[in-house]
Amino acid sequence: MSATQKHIALNVDAIRKDFPILNREVNGKPLIYFDNAATSQTPQQVIDVIVDYYSNYNANIHRGVHALSQEATDAYEQARIKIQKHFNAKHVHEIIYTSGTTHGINLVANGFSSLLKKGDEVIVSALEHHSNIVPWQMLCERTGATLKVIPMNANGELVLSEYDALLNKNTKLVFVNHISNALGTINPIKSIIEKAHAVGAAVLVDGAQSCPHIRPDVQALDVDFYVCSAHKICGPTGVGMLYGKEEWLKKLPPYQGGGEMIAEVSFEKTTYAGLPHKFEAGTPNVCGGIAFGAALDYMNSIGFDTIANYENELLVYATKQLEQIEGLKIYGTAKEKTSVISFNVGNIHPYDIGTILDKMGIAVRTGHHCAQPIMDYYKIPGTIRASFMFYNTKEEIDTFITALKKAVIMLS
Amino acid sequence: MTIEEIQNEIIDEFSMFEDWEERYQYMIDLGKTLPLIDNAHKTDVNIIKGCQSKVWVHANMTDDKITFTADSDAIITKGIIAILIRAFSNQHPTAIIEANTDFIDKIGLKEHLSPTRANGLVSMIKQLKMYAIAYQTQLN
Repeated sequence: MSATQKHIALNVDAIRKDFPILNREVNGKPLIYFDNAATSQTPQQVIDVIVDYYSNYNANIHRGVHALSQEATDAYEQARIKIQKHFNAKHVHEIIYTSGTTHGINLVANGFSSLLKKGDEVIVSALEHHSNIVPWQMLCERTGATLKVIPMNANGELVLSEYDALLNKNTKLVFVNHISNALGTINPIKSIIEKAHAVGAAVLVDGAQSCPHIRPDVQALDVDFYVCSAHKICGPTGVGMLYGKEEWLKKLPPYQGGGEMIAEVSFEKTTYAGLPHKFEAGTPNVCGGIAFGAALDYMNSIGFDTIANYENELLVYATKQLEQIEGLKIYGTAKEKTSVISFNVGNIHPYDIGTILDKMGIAVRTGHHCAQPIMDYYKIPGTIRASFMFYNTKEEIDTFITALKKAVIMLS
Repeated sequence: MTIEEIQNEIIDEFSMFEDWEERYQYMIDLGKTLPLIDNAHKTDVNIIKGCQSKVWVHANMTDDKITFTADSDAIITKGIIAILIRAFSNQHPTAIIEANTDFIDKIGLKEHLSPTRANGLVSMIKQLKMYAIAYQTQLN
């Protein structure tokens, strides 16, 4: 069997019918949505789950004795099991619902405040989103720990020899994204994790950009913490998950106080609930959690191998076309990358190109993509970023290329 | 001319454009051709950082009238700046404080003044008004 035969071919025409938003027009033109790395679109199957929840069993969970509360609790906890299975976590209580990736990172960073001291070191990569930099800087300010950075090369890959040199017995934590949001680089996290563990450091992987394209196995990776957001995976905004190894989650103190996370409360002393509720203070995003599960069901019904294979075809096709445009430079040419292309054309400001593309119904992201250190490395104000999902087509890429050429002519 | 008269003149001009392409080509040409600010004033003090494009603004008052000069690193932003300066520059502080920017909506460029655009233009307009308030205080 050849490599291509291993994957079931993706029927993009059928898939596009699942996404009502893809039928709309923007500025009088059919929408071409290439801003998937910022947020993915939502299939009808997930929208139906959201409508069903609010139409039929909206209730607060875990405490109500009535039928609606029971149904909502069951659905919410069933979704947690779906998430556990999807990521292959050992225990269901290792899955903590969050409001998204940033929340998960802050929860862990806050917890480590009580575990770090002056002289300890934490390592971040040069490829991170601001949300995987700032919480750790704040942690270092609180504890006196030192922040070290794994540098990147011109291809947008991490320089792993430098990483080896940074690791030592004082290293307590390493945090790195699985895939760079600005460049699409897939980082070798398995090896990064192994090396960190060899010096006794824990690793948090930011999976915001990886989860839409690959299915991470947290046990195989032996990762300590893995975070992601549902809205990048065809789910709703405002919900995500933190996977943490049981031993770590037991060690970390609660992040926020409130209802749901307690066992007993008196004015003298409060005892905390067990996992996962210890980290889930307050009424959660019940509908969001249930829809998160539905989104994973939807993605798995297509299959991540099929998705990755198809998206890689789009990446190769678009890269080839873009390279034909005079003066166009692609940032991020790592050997291992996902369907994200960051680029500039000559000296034209990304904002100008993004504005003209929008007039032609094409949504791309422009700017520094919340990754200013990467832009500083390349000495540019930002890039235009086109990011594809499995519901995009080669025809859309053709239209995008034509529109881009037109924008360049207008702006030159 | 008053600010309102200039704004109406701009609305008239833009009404001649048939589609977005003509409108944007005009803006781009404005952005390309106009010298907007003396390099000496393109300093960090005068910078307004949008999330995406940068804007520089400088103000000066002679004979009770404020003159603005400005620039941006993005050409469409620069085109809009040219239009804003045409409307607001060389006016009395009170007129600038009281003026509104509805005409931007009427010439089909509303989206550029949305806070989500993060191009620095919203802050720039605020800055023009702040200068006017500051100079107004001097006049009092």
